[in-house]
Amino acid sequence: MDVARGFLEELRTGRLIDDIVASLFRVTTGFGLAALTGIPVGLWLGNHARARVAFLPLINFFRSLSPLAWIPFAILWFGIGDLPTVFLIFMASFFPLVLATVAAVANIPSVYFRVAGDYRFSGTEVLTKVTLPAVAPQVITSLRVTAGLAWLVVVAAEMIAGRAGLGFAIWDARNGLRMDLLVCGMIVIGVIGIVLDRILLQLTKIPSVRWGYER
Amino acid sequence: MSDKPLRVANVSLSFGTVEVFQNLSVEIEHGEFVAVVGPSGCGKTTLLNLFSQFIKPSSGKVVCAARARMVYQHDSLFPWQTVSENIALGLRHLNDNAERTRQLGDMLRLINLEGFENHYPHQLSGGMRQRVELARALIGDSDILLLDEPFSSLDYLTRIRLRNELARMLDKLPRTVVLVTHDIEEAAQLADRIIVLSDRPARICSELRVDLARPRELTHPAVVTTVHKILAELGLEEETRQAMMSPTS
Repeated sequence: MDVARGFLEELRTGRLIDDIVASLFRVTTGFGLAALTGIPVGLWLGNHARARVAFLPLINFFRSLSPLAWIPFAILWFGIGDLPTVFLIFMASFFPLVLATVAAVANIPSVYFRVAGDYRFSGTEVLTKVTLPAVAPQVITSLRVTAGLAWLVVVAAEMIAGRAGLGFAIWDARNGLRMDLLVCGMIVIGVIGIVLDRILLQLTKIPSVRWGYER
Repeated sequence: MSDKPLRVANVSLSFGTVEVFQNLSVEIEHGEFVAVVGPSGCGKTTLLNLFSQFIKPSSGKVVCAARARMVYQHDSLFPWQTVSENIALGLRHLNDNAERTRQLGDMLRLINLEGFENHYPHQLSGGMRQRVELARALIGDSDILLLDEPFSSLDYLTRIRLRNELARMLDKLPRTVVLVTHDIEEAAQLADRIIVLSDRPARICSELRVDLARPRELTHPAVVTTVHKILAELGLEEETRQAMMSPTS
């Protein structure tokens, strides 16, 4: 009952909506930037063996670092607010996405490229009509996994480097000994996590990627 | 000058220390259906890769004087494209949309897959997928069909059915065909000429001709005789006889 009352109170004051919007903005920006840069980098590394040998150890190094280890640097470089959180989400999402895309490119059966050669595909066509659709199912799966990771990180980052957002709300409730608001924040975070995954799940229903999930 | 559409002349090829061919020469006539059989790993697929110019010989000459298309051993349909889109790859040279649609419709009728044009490969059976692969290679302006064990992943009955399908397709759309296969029955049932290769470095053990119209019954005397001859050339009949005579403990 206390949690329900706390939930209504947060809704009435508008703070809950503001926190949800702030957290979602940070996740979509950080995660979106990571996807927009990580997937092309993964495609490039997947197609260039020498670059892969050169850069993969570095990418594995950064992938192994907990994004939370970057918090002091994030505050030092970007202060408090949206930017450090977006940076932390980017750091959490970028490296796994690169690695997943590299692995997906490496798994493309070579016969597809032979067929592309037989039917005289141009270099651009090989990328857009063979490589991209061939890696799409695996990349979508890694997007779902990474989005979950980004949502985990936003809460942790906002606890330390935020002035708003669901993580900050939980931290604030903890400081004010408001366990009802704390549980309310936890429930909202869990529900939004499920909704985000459901949204990304829709990508797996595109007919041209179903093959990756039904074979 | 030779007018043969496919020719390898005095070809030698090595992969590192492994010598695959040594002065091998093969010529394929226009409209001929040639099957290549031989022991596993003797270089049958490599010969096809030479014909398709996918690999270059260490020495010697390879001529492919016409447009060749290959049907591969493993699933090579693009799984993200529908049956129609996969087959239409063979019509990429056509700019006229109406003509593309007409040819595509004709091909779907020929392979008995009308109604499946919007299905994806994973929604089809193995035999249907193989028919789509053949259709993609046959449609449009190809002259030569290079078949690399196209039915090897199918069950025995489907293989027999698809041999008849291929014979029917080639009757409508004649092509020069080179079929690489480990299936001796398949070679005897389909080919005009069968080239039997030896172990590495591969040389031609013998060439057998089958003068019988396609489609051929599997139990037709000419087909059965050819199977016997191929087995004899590969030394398998002798091996079987010796195994039968050796005492069992």
